Amino acid sequence: MTNFGYTILIPILPFLMFLLLGLAGNKLKAKLSGLLGTAGLAVITLLSYFTAYKYFFAGEKAADGFHKIQAFNTVWLNISDKLHIDLGVLLDPISVMMLVVITTVSLMVHIYSLGYMKGEKGFERFFAFLSLFSFSMLGLVVATNIFQMYIFWELVGVSSFLLIGFYYTKPSAVRASKKAFIVTRFADFGFLIGILILSFNTKTFDFISLTDPTGPTFTQSTSAAFMGLSVMTWSMIFVYLGGVGKSAMFPFHIWLPDAMEGPTPVSALIHAATMVVAGVYLVARMFPIYAITAPVALHVVAYVGAFSSLFAAVIACTQTDIKRVLAYSTMSQIGYMMLALGVSGYGGHEGLGFMASMFHLFTHAFFKALLFLGAGAIIHAVHSNDMTDMGGLRKYLPITHWTFLIACLTIAGIPPLSGFFSKDEILAAAFEHNKILFAVEYAVAGLTAFYMFRLYFSIFWGKDTHYHHTPHEAPATMTVPLIILAAGSVLAGFIPFHSLVTSDGKPFDSEIELMVAIPSVLIGLLGIGAAYVMYRSANELPNKVAGFFKYGYKWAYNKFYMDEVYLFVTKKIIFRYISAPIAWFDRHVIDATMNLIASTAQNVSFRIRDFQSGQIQKYAFVFVSGAIGLAIIFIYFWK
Amino acid sequence: MSAGIPVQFFLILATVMFFAGIYGFLTRRNLITILMSVELILNSVNINFMAFNRYLYPNKLEGMFFSIFVIAVAACEAAVAIAIIINIYRRFTTINVEDVNEMKF
Amino acid sequence: MTSNQLMFILFALMIIVFSILTVTTRKILRAATFLLFVLVSTSGLYFMLDYQFLAGIQLTLYAGGIVVLIIFSILLTSHISQKFEAPGIKKVIFSALASAAGAILAIVTLLDYHFAASTEAAKEINMNLIGKSLLSVDKDGYVLPFEVISILLLAAMIGAIVIAKKGGPAKIQSTILNEE
Repeated sequence: MTNFGYTILIPILPFLMFLLLGLAGNKLKAKLSGLLGTAGLAVITLLSYFTAYKYFFAGEKAADGFHKIQAFNTVWLNISDKLHIDLGVLLDPISVMMLVVITTVSLMVHIYSLGYMKGEKGFERFFAFLSLFSFSMLGLVVATNIFQMYIFWELVGVSSFLLIGFYYTKPSAVRASKKAFIVTRFADFGFLIGILILSFNTKTFDFISLTDPTGPTFTQSTSAAFMGLSVMTWSMIFVYLGGVGKSAMFPFHIWLPDAMEGPTPVSALIHAATMVVAGVYLVARMFPIYAITAPVALHVVAYVGAFSSLFAAVIACTQTDIKRVLAYSTMSQIGYMMLALGVSGYGGHEGLGFMASMFHLFTHAFFKALLFLGAGAIIHAVHSNDMTDMGGLRKYLPITHWTFLIACLTIAGIPPLSGFFSKDEILAAAFEHNKILFAVEYAVAGLTAFYMFRLYFSIFWGKDTHYHHTPHEAPATMTVPLIILAAGSVLAGFIPFHSLVTSDGKPFDSEIELMVAIPSVLIGLLGIGAAYVMYRSANELPNKVAGFFKYGYKWAYNKFYMDEVYLFVTKKIIFRYISAPIAWFDRHVIDATMNLIASTAQNVSFRIRDFQSGQIQKYAFVFVSGAIGLAIIFIYFWK
Repeated sequence: MSAGIPVQFFLILATVMFFAGIYGFLTRRNLITILMSVELILNSVNINFMAFNRYLYPNKLEGMFFSIFVIAVAACEAAVAIAIIINIYRRFTTINVEDVNEMKF
Repeated sequence: MTSNQLMFILFALMIIVFSILTVTTRKILRAATFLLFVLVSTSGLYFMLDYQFLAGIQLTLYAGGIVVLIIFSILLTSHISQKFEAPGIKKVIFSALASAAGAILAIVTLLDYHFAASTEAAKEINMNLIGKSLLSVDKDGYVLPFEVISILLLAAMIGAIVIAKKGGPAKIQSTILNEE
């Protein structure tokens, strides 16, 4: 087996870069620190490509598929012989694929940010945070054990928090970052519980032994049950809860749209391409356990994914803030991936869903990053997030226009763009396993095409808007990443995923099923057509349609009042009936006890400080009387 | 020359002198008179030393030498104390001990 | 009553009366004078006890040195004719009680105790013996305390000069305090 030890550099380098930029950033020139961060990431990108080449194509493939390789491992926290937490690098098809995705998108975002963030206050801080995020995300995907994953899981949460709140003088950004952090943190609590249950039952944190189908997880797992479900199922559901939070699935999705308060490159990197798919990656990482010992949990994954994708797609059709539309679209696409995992089986052709999910993750990263970066370029030019302020931009932003169009076509699933292939695999997998979910996803495919082209037509066609100053195309640092990502979106579909990334490492045959493909393309075209009719040029049709779905439209426009529900639950129920009494108890019992002790001490001190009067003769008098008293005691009473 | 006088007489005399000094130390306000009280106390101790030496250990000289050293120490103490008193007088323009009470809470 | 008993009573009375007057008189120069009387009477006691050398030291150093020093400082800091205000009655009563209690306790204890008078022959004390003892390193030699006391005296001298010097620590201190 070839030596992969150098892969430890992949997470280490961004960390060093973070330390450098974070500690010395304000000493460096802003431009230099940006270039440094980008250069560091370029090196890592090359390393990741090299690793991918070596892993997939350079003779690593054994007769029975790809093996998991533990390239590096060190004991980080040694509690006892049985309980120790390791840090290391694990290479297998999905982690290598993720390395490629993360480094590519991150590099593109770094380059793009050089232009987009130019002249912003805190330019070097931005790059420091980006490096921190890259470090955390890379550490997450190469985690050798579930605890390492948890550590980096929290670290990406922190870097996400820092980047959403990058404009920390803006109250809405501060609120959004807090919301994102608290909501995901709440979900991560479930993840932690899941880890504890799981490792208590399997006596290991290590992924290799956890997911080995012949290992102790599957042979020795206890049959203990709770509320009709086995312990393993419960632990997997809890673990999935963490994924729900991070991947913004219903009902923990509320943070993602608000997270768009962050700079647009951040939205592209974290809230579209990499961090939000961590939940998918988590389920994929634990997939053998889900598929073999906890099928019920896998059903939960599938239904939550399907519901979220439909839910988000409906909301996306009504929003006018372009970044929010993209955020809901992200949520919807991640729902797709979750669903694909949920309908998948383990091994061989049964694992089609797993492969499809990873495939879609891969292609989605490209086209969604492209969409966000394109949106960034538009916002850069128009200085507004709202699509009602836009229109006719195709004349001013030609490169952005074409790349955006490619991305929209890709997400709509038009062949031969990459989105078609991966979405088709997902639909095929759903079709084979669950017709209801297939129907949902089929509808979502149409909705996706509709809302994406609603966005496209509103921005680039539609009414002719008069701008205060003529919008101009973004600089090369911003357009080059767009072009590269567009190329990626076009070509990524031709990667033979079914022979590279599969549930058990073994390749299987897969071909496009016309039964599924043709209708899905048709509904995509239908969605595009509807959008064309309604938004190609300004007309009354959208309002009429909205009037037709009067209440439905209103509900969807207000995101089904999920934020309000949360506010009701937290403010009216949790704050009033749980937090308020606790606060009362804290203030009136615990604090009061402390205050009593403190005030007693203070009162006593005030009383006795008069002893220290500065009158030497008083001291002397006390001393003499004491000496005489002691003499009397010792002479007469101490016998 | 001390024949016919019991040792207790000397000791009682020293005791009275000692407590007169204590009384002065406790009641006087003027720093110089307090210093005088201290001299009384030291002097009474010297009397004790001499009496013990003469009556109990007439063939030794410890008591006498101790008295000599006490006198030397008393001289040092007086010198330094008076320097301090003069300094205090400059600082507070008084040597009333009750007015010199900066060192309190 | 032999003559030396008479002498003792005379000295003892002087000491007691002048001690008490020293601590009670309300004129400071008188207090110093009474202190001088006490110290002179004490040296008389030393003569009675056959310690002529110490009696001499007492006269020169105490009566001659310290009392003069005290009188000088009185002249520097007070008006000679100034009469003290009487100390607070409470203070007087409590101090007197404490002193009386201590004195009574000590005297009662003294009288209870039996002092075994030595029967050994008294050593003849002359200057030769004192000088040799002070500089001797043998048993019954006092060269070490002698050296220590010399250094102490030197240190006290320097300290007194430094403290009392005008513009010494006091001035610096007071300027700091005034600035505050």
